[in-house]
Amino acid sequence: MADRIATVFMWGVALLISAVFAWIVGDLLLQGLPHLSWGFLSATPTDAGRAGGILPILVSTLLILAVCMVVAIPLGLGTAVLLSEFGRRNPLFGRLVRYSLDVLAGVPSIVFGLFGNAFFSLYLGMGFSILSGGLTLACMVLPLLIRSSETALRAVPDDYRRAAAALGLPVFATLWRILLPAATPGLIAGLVLGIGRALAETAALLFTSGYVDRMPGSLLDSGRSLSIHIYDLAMNVPGGESNAYASAVVLIMLLLIINALTFRAADRWLHQRITAV
Amino acid sequence: MSPSRTDLPLLWTLRALAALAGAITLLIVAFLILEAWPALQTPGLSHFLTDASWFPASTTPQFNLIPMVAGTLAATLGAMLLATPLGIAAALFSRFYAPPAIASWFRRLLELLAGIPSVVYGFWGLVVLTPLIRQWAPPGQSLLAAILILSLMILPTIALLSETALRSIPRAYLQGAAALGLSRWATIRGVALPAAHCGIMSSILLAAGRAIGETMAVLMVAGNIVKVPDSLFAPVRTLTANIALELGYALDGHRAALFVSGLILLALIVLLVSMSDWIMRDDPGTAPEALTQAQVPQHG
Repeated sequence: MADRIATVFMWGVALLISAVFAWIVGDLLLQGLPHLSWGFLSATPTDAGRAGGILPILVSTLLILAVCMVVAIPLGLGTAVLLSEFGRRNPLFGRLVRYSLDVLAGVPSIVFGLFGNAFFSLYLGMGFSILSGGLTLACMVLPLLIRSSETALRAVPDDYRRAAAALGLPVFATLWRILLPAATPGLIAGLVLGIGRALAETAALLFTSGYVDRMPGSLLDSGRSLSIHIYDLAMNVPGGESNAYASAVVLIMLLLIINALTFRAADRWLHQRITAV
Repeated sequence: MSPSRTDLPLLWTLRALAALAGAITLLIVAFLILEAWPALQTPGLSHFLTDASWFPASTTPQFNLIPMVAGTLAATLGAMLLATPLGIAAALFSRFYAPPAIASWFRRLLELLAGIPSVVYGFWGLVVLTPLIRQWAPPGQSLLAAILILSLMILPTIALLSETALRSIPRAYLQGAAALGLSRWATIRGVALPAAHCGIMSSILLAAGRAIGETMAVLMVAGNIVKVPDSLFAPVRTLTANIALELGYALDGHRAALFVSGLILLALIVLLVSMSDWIMRDDPGTAPEALTQAQVPQHG
């Protein structure tokens, strides 16, 4: 009897979750897709975003993402290589870095916003700018990138390292020719998670990259990200709902496209590296 | 690897990068304290609890954070009460009840739910959920709306991490239960849940951390009135929403007070992360690397 009740309950919960998911996605698509067009993607917003499109907002979003990744990828990959390949040489240093990153992973995004505003925008004098927002996001996605890259590198069999050492390869060549290519799928998966997190972020950007919805002229201009655009249209602009729906659909599609593209690129790159060597 | 002499520059570059990455946390703590320092000194920490109300910008500023702390705790506890049983049930469903094909689809659905940006959850809550609550009991933007949206956002975290914990139970345990002829529910209650309880507890703590730190979705559906909530339908303001609403125009003492609330949030998170680490350290079943926040795509 208890067994049957439990079975019904589990299926019920699963159905409930699926139904809510369908409700959210269905609502977004039904209300958002009719407003979506090439014109919407290629026009500038007018009337505080109620009319017009989102071109400058897309450009700002991609610039913020680019700044974030240009800083976070080398920093994250370097740290991950140190932790996974040379961790044993200095265990205390490794443990400190790792604990610090665990805390960093849990810091709420609005606290990153506070920090970015105080440090990048004011202390370093970047003001409300794409640069300041991108750097704040880089701090935020760093623990994610490091953790996933470290896991990917650790998953490479030790035989590869021994074989490279037996051939007398220098460390740099071992890393560049053998370990990193072998770990690529895992590295890319972490990268996609990081990009997804950065694209979705709103709270950390409110007080670092700002609200300005004009086309940015340089990295030191303020730029409004897609997520902030949705927030602003929904909360501060009466009548902005339909464009907010359309922007939400664009944001979600962007996340899905990046997800699909990077995995395909990873496949091809891996194939080339292995057949070329 | 053991580097030779020519590799030393590379090694030192890597060390510098790692030191920089590790120092970011220190930098964040340092700047939060630096900015909060004026408020910690002149009104003093006790004012944040004993002042009459929250009027941070008036000529005789008052800094009572109690309504915001109450709002954060009420929304988080409510969401935990709702999302914990549902999340664990979802994990059990995908591990023990669903046929393999459905289980993998269901897992993908949970990952998609986890990947929806928080501002999109907030927007959906604002245009779909709050009007429904308003028909029932105005004003709609309320503690209840915050609890429902937060539950939806942390449910995938609990479900996915608990499922990982359930997956790493040694196979022999389950085979033993089967050999004893236990029913499916008896196996779950008597064997699977006890064996995986460390991982499940840890997933609940991580989800609580995420609920406390969530800003945008709560900001958009909770109504943001500074008042200790007296019912589920009352509007509330959380610590995070308070920062997001006021930092834009805050000056001097007001700004410092917001950084104090940032420090409070940070302290809560460090506490939860440490508790989760501590639980996992005692866990014989699962490897500590098996459960980390990095494994679930996060809301922004």
